[in-house]
Amino acid sequence: MSFLRVLKESIASIFSNRMRSFLTILGIVIGVGAVIGILSIGAGASDSILGQIESIGTNTIYVMNGGQDEVTNPKSLTLTDVEALSNRSRAPHILRVTPVMMGQSSFSSGDASLQTTVFGSYSEYAEVTGVELDEGEYISASDVDTRDAVVVIGPDLAEELFGRRSGVVGSVVRINNFPYRVIGVTKAKGGNQFNNPDLQAYMPITTMQLRVVRQTVPNSVQFIIVQAQDAQSIQLAIDEAQQVLRETHRLTPRQPNDFTLTNQEDILDIANSITSILTILLAGIAGISLLVGGIGIMNIMLVTVTERTNEIGLRKALGARKSDIMFQFLTESALLSLIGGIFGIALGWVFALIVGTIARNTGTPLTPVVQIEAVLLATLFSTLVGVFFGWYPAQQAANLEPVDALRYE
Amino acid sequence: MTDNTPSPVIRIRDLTKVYHLGAGNDVHALRGVSLDIFPGEMVAIMGPSGSGKSTLMNMIGCLDSPSGGEYYLDGLLVSDLVDDELAAVRNSKIGFIFQKYNLLARATAVENVELPLRYSDDPTNMTERAKAMLELVGLGDRFDHKPNELSGGQQQRVATARALINHPAIILADEPTGNLDSVSGQEVLGLLLKLNRENGTTIVIVTHDQGVASQAQRTIRLFDGNIVDGEQH
Repeated sequence: MSFLRVLKESIASIFSNRMRSFLTILGIVIGVGAVIGILSIGAGASDSILGQIESIGTNTIYVMNGGQDEVTNPKSLTLTDVEALSNRSRAPHILRVTPVMMGQSSFSSGDASLQTTVFGSYSEYAEVTGVELDEGEYISASDVDTRDAVVVIGPDLAEELFGRRSGVVGSVVRINNFPYRVIGVTKAKGGNQFNNPDLQAYMPITTMQLRVVRQTVPNSVQFIIVQAQDAQSIQLAIDEAQQVLRETHRLTPRQPNDFTLTNQEDILDIANSITSILTILLAGIAGISLLVGGIGIMNIMLVTVTERTNEIGLRKALGARKSDIMFQFLTESALLSLIGGIFGIALGWVFALIVGTIARNTGTPLTPVVQIEAVLLATLFSTLVGVFFGWYPAQQAANLEPVDALRYE
Repeated sequence: MTDNTPSPVIRIRDLTKVYHLGAGNDVHALRGVSLDIFPGEMVAIMGPSGSGKSTLMNMIGCLDSPSGGEYYLDGLLVSDLVDDELAAVRNSKIGFIFQKYNLLARATAVENVELPLRYSDDPTNMTERAKAMLELVGLGDRFDHKPNELSGGQQQRVATARALINHPAIILADEPTGNLDSVSGQEVLGLLLKLNRENGTTIVIVTHDQGVASQAQRTIRLFDGNIVDGEQH
């Protein structure tokens, strides 16, 4: 029998049981929709995260405490390391260096108070990580030297504390109940609930060491950011930084590094693989609903085969071969699944659009991307689901003995 | 052996069928049946339930394979054929008429009559050929009617047109009037008689209705898996 005929009969059969077909298709619609939606959001999230990482500064190298292998008694990173790294004659390819400490502190002004992240650093931090100011100035080297009680705040933080986003330079904010003078407000970058640079504050690292963070090792810092002269000299800068730190940490040639150097590129790679793993994981979970949809198809096809046993017997009596019957039922299940796939793609698309709109309205930097590969994959996959789950029922139909099938009541 | 002037369209020799229901529990549905049916004959097969009548009909219809013996249909040894070959034989050499018509409920009369053509070697001009057959059975004005829009007698005539569409060697009718009132029944039977007389169609009718059987030229009676009587009318 010609494929067109079989297709026509399958469509007629699907339409003759509208409600049942609709519910069966719905399973696939939800499955495919979930997969497409999650893949799109994953792609959008990945773009957004990579964009944010790129925005934290160019040509930067992060120096973290502790080695890659297990190191006994790793020495803390200290301001002495920072001084050594800043020495041009020892590390000619290093442009800027800043130590960083992070902490949660309570900020208050008048009745307003909240917990937020405060960064302690050198004045170089602004250039290294690309912090820009809307008003006032960033922390200066002399602020660091004299351990001044000054702070630069994000515009959202200004809003929370003073009820306005500008004109707050010179105001006083209490951090852990100690007064600080606001010397600058950063330019709005936009952020989300979990990571909002506009709600952060910056102060001299020396002030932070003195007043905010209790230290066990004097002058210790959490990590150091090193900026290379340019993109070409990143590897040279890494080598130099390693040499300098091994010397300041007095490591013998046989001892491994007790610090870790990571450049921005490595972080990008890591973030990339994390987002892909998460996307695959979530798509896999969504794929389970597609599997359930497939089982729904199998179930309904088994019912259909039973219901149409007589018809199968008749067709066989009239000359249908096993392969004709098999093909007819496979076409029907594949068609059910394909229709589900098409509507599922539409559903996933709508889902991605809705998430994108919500993200835009809440200021979350996430734009879902519906990829053509995902659409093609979903179409192919949903058809395969139909064939896979339709196979057993179709085989049941094809293997019916004509005598038994004809006599079936 | 009967006389050997024309070669029989159905030639069955020592056909047996045993159903194995379980350990040591075999049912001998056919115990060595031999019979010949010649072109242009109209033969009735009768017998009480359990006589092997249905089994013999399934064998003649190539719907089931025998346990032993030989069956030649239109010169072809069909008792040795496998599934797909049997399907092809059913398609081209046998026209089935069932007690319950067995029409596809979703399909029109024309589509129902077309159905065997779709599985045939020559699926061309199907609609025209189906319409011609419907006209032959007197349903020229019911092409696009679905089974539920037709009377029982009309449905059985659609089934008859479907049986004829591939110009089979035999028409095998299983209780063709069993579901019909006497008027419609006689109408369908009349159609079969007419096809037999005017077109020389070979017809085998399985029935337990003596009134139907008496209109055939010959009746074959089965009892306990054996032919007990092959009377000529």
